[in-house]
Amino acid sequence: MAEVIWGLATSHVPSIGAAMDRGKTEDPNWKALFDGYRPAREWLAEHKPDVAIVIYNDHANGIDLDIVPTFGIGTADRYDVADEGFGRRPVPDVIGDPELSLHLLESLVDEGFDLTVFQELDVDHGFTVPLSVWTPDPGDSWPCPVVPLLVNVIQYPQPTAARCYALGQALGRAIASYGKDVKVGILGTGGMSHQLAGARAGFINAEFDRMFMEAIESDPAKLAALSREELIREAGSEGIEMIMWLIMRGAMNERVRKVHSHYFVPASNTAAGLALFDNRP
Amino acid sequence: MAAESRFDVAGTPVFDGQTSRRGFRMNKLFMSLRFAENRERFGADEGAYCDQFGLTPEQRTAVLDRDWQAMIDLGGSIFYVYKLAMMDGRSMQYLGGVFTGMTEEEFVAAMRAGGRSGG
Repeated sequence: MAEVIWGLATSHVPSIGAAMDRGKTEDPNWKALFDGYRPAREWLAEHKPDVAIVIYNDHANGIDLDIVPTFGIGTADRYDVADEGFGRRPVPDVIGDPELSLHLLESLVDEGFDLTVFQELDVDHGFTVPLSVWTPDPGDSWPCPVVPLLVNVIQYPQPTAARCYALGQALGRAIASYGKDVKVGILGTGGMSHQLAGARAGFINAEFDRMFMEAIESDPAKLAALSREELIREAGSEGIEMIMWLIMRGAMNERVRKVHSHYFVPASNTAAGLALFDNRP
Repeated sequence: MAAESRFDVAGTPVFDGQTSRRGFRMNKLFMSLRFAENRERFGADEGAYCDQFGLTPEQRTAVLDRDWQAMIDLGGSIFYVYKLAMMDGRSMQYLGGVFTGMTEEEFVAAMRAGGRSGG
């Protein structure tokens, strides 16, 4: 039986990856963010999973607006790092785990979550930045195979927070029913509050972010009750992507132990948040 | 405008299905700019490139004039519009300044001061 050993919620802002790729992590505008990552990275280095699942959204790199899957899963044995316009990030391509992907797909479809299947997918910063937050120096390969789980957060109607939380709970059951005895890490990505366009661009809501950070640990059902309108009003038009944290949280035990959390403003236009939970408290 | 009216949240465009329909051809153009050969073709004759993608006259003008606000109003998704901005060497903070009536420097300063809370 497979087991979720940890969940990592983290922003996936492209400039966080760019700061790492360009050696700017000691720059005064960035140092506090990366210093804040250190305790989480140290704990994660000692708790290596056999496979990871990254819950993320694409940003006009792997998929476009021809087809907008609400939920999708990659079933490939390899995912190339996308060239988003000016060269790909200097990080390893991603090794997949098709056997686990296909098990998760079948279990989730049986539970009523009809995921779109990606047999080919280039992964963009939404996927690789969280991997870099976890593993800053991967060398030639990431620590383990990774399965991408995609969520539409950029075109309304996004899935509801409640549906994301329910998908996470079904994902947890799917992992538990996997025949192989493997340890699983789950990354829920995106957020925290931010808005890129409109007269309210630059919007940050530290109070809402603080509430979200606490409730994701202790009361995720409260967050699952938030409507799209509430999320957009309180977290900004792009902050709604925090619904992806709820998928991660839903796959974990009712009680988890927070290992570390960190909050930093601004990562370019965004409030950057990190929260690491031990699923075996 | 439809993008503004879905929710009563001032200054907050919501990229919904109707907006996406309106901006479909233009967003496709932006997506194509991921590839260097397309950027070259676009640079050689921007108007012809817009015509090839079937932009409306308003969208064509917005793209040629780099009217970022109009691109959003005419159905652009910020993640797609940003492809053109990147090609021009513009940052998301520059765009933030355009949308809020600030210079890029003022926008960056507002973010470093904790972000904008107004709305």
